[in-house]
Order: sequence, then structure tokens, then C-alpha cells
Amino acid sequence: MTIPAAWYLIVSALLFGIGAAGVLIRRNALVMFMCIELMLNAANLALVTFARVLHDVGGQATVFFVLVVAAAEVTVGLGIVVAIFRKRHSAVVDDLHELQG
Amino acid sequence: MTGVLATARTVPDVLVFFASAAIILGGALGVVASKNPVHSALNLIATLIGIALAFVEQQANFLAAAQIIVYAGAIVILFLFVIMFLGVDRNESTRIEPLSGQRPLAVGAVAAVTGGLIALMAAGGWYSGATSVIAPTDPSNDVGVLGKVIFTSYLFAFEATALLLIIAVVGAVLLARRPPSSVDAGRVPVTEHDVPVGEAPS
Amino acid sequence: MVYAAPWMLACALGGFVVLLALGRRLGEPLAGWVATAAISMAFVVAVVTWIGLLGHNNREITETLFDWLPIGSYQVKVSLLIDPLSVTMCLFVTGVSALIHLYSIAYMHKERDFTKFFVYLNLFVFSMLLLVLADNLLLTFVGWEGVGVCSYWLVAFYFDRDSAASAGKKAFVYNRIGDVGMLVAMFVLFTHLHTLTYLGIATGAATLTGTQVTIVVIALLFAAAGKSAQIPLFNWLPDAMEGPTPVSALIHAATMVTAGVYLLCRMSHLLVLTSSGRATIAVVGAATALVAATIATAQEDIKRVLAFSTVSQIGFMVLAVGSGAYAAAIFLMVAHAFFKGLLFLGAGSVIHGLDGEQDLSRMGGLRTLMAWTFATFVIGWLAIAGVPPLSGFFAKGDVLKGVWAYSKPLWAIGLVAALLTGYYMTRLFVLAFTGDPRFLKAAGGRPALHEPHESPWVMRLPLVVLAVFAAIAGLLGSRLDGFLSPVFASTHLPALSSATSAVLVTIDGVVAVCGLAIAWWLWRGRAERPELTPQFLARAWYWDDAYDAVIGRPGHALAKTSAEVIDPVVIDGAVLGVAAGARRVARQLRGLQNGYVRSYALMFAIGTALLLAYLLARTF
Repeated sequence: MTIPAAWYLIVSALLFGIGAAGVLIRRNALVMFMCIELMLNAANLALVTFARVLHDVGGQATVFFVLVVAAAEVTVGLGIVVAIFRKRHSAVVDDLHELQG
Repeated sequence: MTGVLATARTVPDVLVFFASAAIILGGALGVVASKNPVHSALNLIATLIGIALAFVEQQANFLAAAQIIVYAGAIVILFLFVIMFLGVDRNESTRIEPLSGQRPLAVGAVAAVTGGLIALMAAGGWYSGATSVIAPTDPSNDVGVLGKVIFTSYLFAFEATALLLIIAVVGAVLLARRPPSSVDAGRVPVTEHDVPVGEAPS
Repeated sequence: MVYAAPWMLACALGGFVVLLALGRRLGEPLAGWVATAAISMAFVVAVVTWIGLLGHNNREITETLFDWLPIGSYQVKVSLLIDPLSVTMCLFVTGVSALIHLYSIAYMHKERDFTKFFVYLNLFVFSMLLLVLADNLLLTFVGWEGVGVCSYWLVAFYFDRDSAASAGKKAFVYNRIGDVGMLVAMFVLFTHLHTLTYLGIATGAATLTGTQVTIVVIALLFAAAGKSAQIPLFNWLPDAMEGPTPVSALIHAATMVTAGVYLLCRMSHLLVLTSSGRATIAVVGAATALVAATIATAQEDIKRVLAFSTVSQIGFMVLAVGSGAYAAAIFLMVAHAFFKGLLFLGAGSVIHGLDGEQDLSRMGGLRTLMAWTFATFVIGWLAIAGVPPLSGFFAKGDVLKGVWAYSKPLWAIGLVAALLTGYYMTRLFVLAFTGDPRFLKAAGGRPALHEPHESPWVMRLPLVVLAVFAAIAGLLGSRLDGFLSPVFASTHLPALSSATSAVLVTIDGVVAVCGLAIAWWLWRGRAERPELTPQFLARAWYWDDAYDAVIGRPGHALAKTSAEVIDPVVIDGAVLGVAAGARRVARQLRGLQNGYVRSYALMFAIGTALLLAYLLARTF
């Protein structure tokens, strides 16, 4: 074996954590979105690692589809951000808090 | 490293790993910590390239290429387009936090999640399962194997994602177009016709 | 002929149903005549049954009407036991009832609820007959409850009077308290003997242990105390005088109050097995006889004197039962029905004639104005006082003879009570009929009082008939004893020698005359003697007040606490508290929904952390 799967998985976990922290901490909608992309990439890294160590191409196929879906998601998500910005002239997520109890 | 499954850890492998790890994590921290959204986007590109590097190291060459082309080359560009379009490409204050206790709790929760993940994985032996369930990887022909699998076992999913992309495009167009014949006060002045210099936009 | 007995029940029930359906249409006085006719027919059937029974050589006959309640493997039937005791009871119940029905036609003249009165009366007679004719305890209990409820309705007949309504409630509640005893007795008997029929109990009695028999007997005594107004449940009877006088005569003198004595007599086979039970019964009877007699000497209301007199006389009957002189108790019951019924109807006649006056201090001088009433009342008075040769002398004499054979101290108490009986009845007679016509002073603006009139013939006829029977019933004595003896268990009391008998009888007569003389001398020409009517006696030894203080007020306080504290604070508080708590929790939880996406995301993260922590805990 070359690099042990553990190393890559730890990196993946850390990347996921940083992405999660970013989603929770940043207020700009676009930056939050980017942090979500970080989380997705962490998952991709983990999948490819498993594909390698289990000698199974299914991991790579999954990454392929994640890529496609992430693209579609970004498209629609950014469309929503633009539509909201039109009304409120603010990309700060905290300004959208009317659905509250 | 062309198709040879090395059986021992070699120094170049380790170096590549640490380089990719550094780029990934550094980029990620940059995304989270940057005041300017454009800087965040650029840091995101760095992370993505680091990930692509890791893919190459793990003999997933096609995916590395796809990652660069799709993610770094399309998605992040899209991000940058929207950032510029909306005009938020300036420094914003990352100090204000209206929700009380959000930051410390967030850091704590995230640390717990990350720590928990690592601990669980360590406790479970990092990975387990049957090998080569779908199809065995072939480091010398990863494109071929991947292609075969996608177009045979996962054909339906492939077609579905194609459909998904079409829907996403149509949806994005609908969401983002200007509302027909409405004059919003203070709307972003994207003019269709030339505005002579010196005159206010209509 | 003996199988005609169910027709008695049918006549009374038929009268009830007809009056219930058509009473209002029949109106006054036809409804009253219908009711009287129904009960008179029942009396005729009773006579027929009696003759039939004589022909059967006085054996008992069980006539089953239909199966009623299956209880496990035991079948309770509606069946009638026709034997000397039940026939005797039926005869005087239907006879006296018929006379009182007749009397009521005139007494209740122009009352607003004339037909309702007769509906209740007929139902009452039906229930009483059912009680007396039933061959098992459960059916008797049905009749027992029936007479109780009719008593309630009839006592509270003038329901718009607060005092009458409360008196009705009091009567019913006291009866019901006594019923606990009856139920306990039934439970114990059924558990151990698996039968509720009187014949079955009589044969199976020997298989019960001493404790069980004593428990049953004490329980039955308690039930009898409730129904027959003995200590400790006698307070309802004086208050029940709120009902119309015919009701007092029928229910609270002649019939319902004797039901308790009847029940104890029926259980004679159990009584002979428990000497402690019999002792308790005898003591209760003697005590009641004495206490009630003392109270009667101090009452101002004519009906209350008679009410306490009833309590006292029934005390005598109970004393006789306890002593084992069952036939004597029944003899006194029959005689008492005649002369007490007569006295009540006579009092009713006086009240009717004086336009509703019931206070003894405002009567007097009625001898010439109400001659018939006067004459019949004299007979009733002498009978109850025990003056020979009227029925009371013989009946009470038999009772006292029986008590002498059982216990001398109790005999002495009985004798004192007899003396007091003569005393208070004479006082009543003197105050009501002799002396100055004090009612004129009270007349004031009431013209009717200036001319008290004699009652119409419809009221006088029952008086006369009852007077005749009160006079001659004494001759029945020994024949009744022989007629009834097969019914009761033998008590192994020593028979009295004829010399002892003669002495006792003489003492009875002397005592009766003494009582008369003392009262005559003390009360002649006087309306009031406060030194002889102390508050202690007038207020019935403060018995009512004692119950009120010990049971009534704490009960009321408990109810008040429940209504004002426990219900709104504890129960409502708990229920509303749950709602308030839910509201509070909801309000707190609502705070979580603050509308901020990032805070929701934080909750995701915390949840994930907890989940991972749980999984980690499981792996280690």
C-alpha cells in the first residue's frame, strides 16, 4: 500500500469540519455556498479513497455523479440568490428571518 | 506512478500527499476566513486543485480532470460571475454576529463532529467491506472502467443526471431573469441598449 | 284458593297503573274511589288466601311466578311464600290500607295533587305486599326499597315546603343507611348458604358458624333499625310527620315501620342460634322503647307525640323479638296497626276540623264538637295505654310476659316504658279533647276555627271500624299464637306458670291505670307545664343535634372543601396545569424557531454531534 487510507480520511474529515464551520459562521450567502462545496469535496475525497482501497470503481462512479449534481445545485442555488438579491439588495442570509415563531 | 500499484510507501508519494493536504486545508481555511468573497472564491479554487491532486495520487485520473474542468473551471467561475453581478465583491465585516452564542457553539459542535468522525473511523478500522463489488479498479485504464460502469450499470442514473442538468438550466434562467416590464427602484442597472456617456440610465 | 295470592299484588299494581295512566282524567274523587276499590279487592283476596291456607293445614306454600335473576348457578325466582305469618301481615296491611284509602278521599279533598296521592298510595301497598309475600331476601329487598321510595314521595308530598322536602330526604337517606345492613346480611348468607330463600336459610342455618350468624343478625338489626325507626336510626320518623296524616297513619304506624320487625321474625331460625345477637336486639328494643316514650311526654305537636309513640311501640316489638316471643311481637304489631292507625286518623280528623292546627296547646274542648272523633279516640287511647279489656292490654301483656321469661331487667324497663305510654297518651288526650277550647284564642282571623266541625262520614267510617278492631283484637291473642307458631323457630324459653302469668298481667293493668291517673291529675285543665316538658326531652335527647355535629357538619365541610378547594384547585389545577405547562413548554420551544437559517444549521450540527457521541459510546 502507498498512503494509508487513514491519512486521506482524516484530511477529508478535517475539510468537512472546516466547511461546516464556514456554513455556520459566515453570513454572506455566496460564501456559505462555497463552504457547502467544500463539504461536498470532502465527501468526494473520501469516496475516491475507498474506491482505491476496496478496489471498487463504484466509489469513482459516485464521485462522477456528485460532480454533476453539485453543478446543477450551484446553478439553481445561485439563481435563487440572484432572485432574492433583486428584492432585498442584500446577500446576507440573516436578513431573511421572517418565517419565525 | 503509471499504473504501478506500489507496495511500499515511497517518498514522492508522501510528499505529494502532504502537499495536497496542505493545499486543501489551507484553501479551505482561506475560504472561511476571507473578508472578500472574491478571495474566498480563489481560495476555493486552490482547494479544488488540491483535491484534484489527491485524486491523481489515488489513480483516479479521469476524476481529477473532471474536477478541474467542472468544478474549478465552471462552478467557481459561475460563483465569481454572481459575486460581481451582485456587487458584493468588497470586504465585508466578519466580526458582527447577531445570533448570540452562535460562534462558540458552532466551533464546538463542528469540533465534536469532526472528532467524532475521526474517532469512529479509527474505531471501525478506517474501512471495511467487500472488495470490487461493482467492478475492480484498473489503475492503468481508470477511464475505461469508469466509462463502462457508468454506461452499463448506472445508465439510468446517467440519463437522470442529464435531465437534471436541463431542469437546472431552465430553472436558473427562470429564477434569474429580470421580472417582465417592472421598474424596481434601485434595480441593478444592466442596460440592453447603449447609454450615452453622461446621461443617467433610464 | 290459597294460590290466589298473586292477585293481591295484581290488584294493587293494577290500581297503580290505572291511576298513573288515567288518574288525571278521572279526577277527584273518582281516582280515590278507584284506589280504594283496588285495595279493597286486595283485602278480599287476602281473606280468600287465608281461608285457603287454613284448608291446607297451615303449611307453607311457595308459589313461583317466574324466574328472575340467574346468579351463576343459582336462580333467583319471583315467588311468593304463603304461610301464616305472611297471610297475617297481608290481612292487616290490606285491611288497614283500604280503610285509610277511604279516609283519604275526604281528607285530601281539594288538594292540588289528589290523584298523585293515590297513585303513590297504591304503589306503596303493592311494595308492602311484595315485601311481605316474597319468599326470598332479594325480592323482599325490592319491596323494602319500594316502600322506602314511596315513603319518600309521600312524606315530601307538599314538596314546595322546605321542611317537607327535607323530611322526605331524611326518611329516605336513613332507610338507605339501614339497607347497608340488609345487603351485608344477604351477601354473607349467599356466600355461605348459596340460597336466599327463607326456607333455604331456615334449613341451612345450622351450618353457619356462630360468628357468621351473629354478623348476619346484627346486620339485619341495623336494617330493621333503619326501616322501623329504632336506635340509632329513628330520627327520621318524627320529621316524616310532615306528610299528610293518612300517610302517617298508613306508612308510619301500621305498615312500613313494621317491616323491620317482620324481617327479624322471618329470620327467627337464625336468631335462635346467636344469643349475643338476640341480646343486642332486645337491648336495642328496650332502650328505644324507653327513650322514645320519654321524648313523647314533652312534645307539643299532636303528630309528633304519636310518632314517638310509634317508635316506642315498635321498640316493644323489637324487644319481644329479641326475647324470643315472636308471636307476641306480631300480635302487638297487629294490635298496634289498629289502634295507632285509629289514633293517627283521629288526630287527622282533629287537624282537619281545626283547619290545620297541630299544636296541642291550642286545642281542647273538642268533646262535644267532634263527638265521633272523640269517642273513637277514647278507644284508641285506652287501647294503647294498655287498659283492659282492649287489645293493647293483651298484646303488651304478651310481650311483657315473653320479656319476663328472657330477662328481668329488660322487663322492668319495658314496664317503665308502658307506664310512660299511658302517661303521654293521656296527656295528649287531655290536651286535645278536654278543657277549655283554647283554639278560639288562636282563631283570630280564621273563621273556620270558630266552628270546628266533625268530619264527613267517609272519614268517620274508618275510625269506627278501626275502633272496633282495636277493642276486640285482644281476643285474637291466643289463637294468633297458635296460628303463627309453626313459622318461628322454637326458643326454649321456660313457660310461665299460670300464677306468674296472672301476677304479671295484674301488674300491667295497674301500671297502665297509674300512668293514666298521673297524667290526668297533672294535666287536667292545664295547657303547658314547662317543668314537665324540659328541652332535653322536647329536643329528643338532642339526638338530631348530635348527628348533625358529628356527621352532618363534618360531611358538609368535606363537601364544601371538595367543591371549593379540591375541585377548582387540585383537579382543575392539575388539568389546567397540564395545559399551562404545555403552553409554557411550547413557548420556550418556539424560541428555537427564530427564522435564522444559520441557527437551524447549528442545530443540525449539534444533533449530528450527539448522534456521533451515541455511536461512539456504543462502540466502546
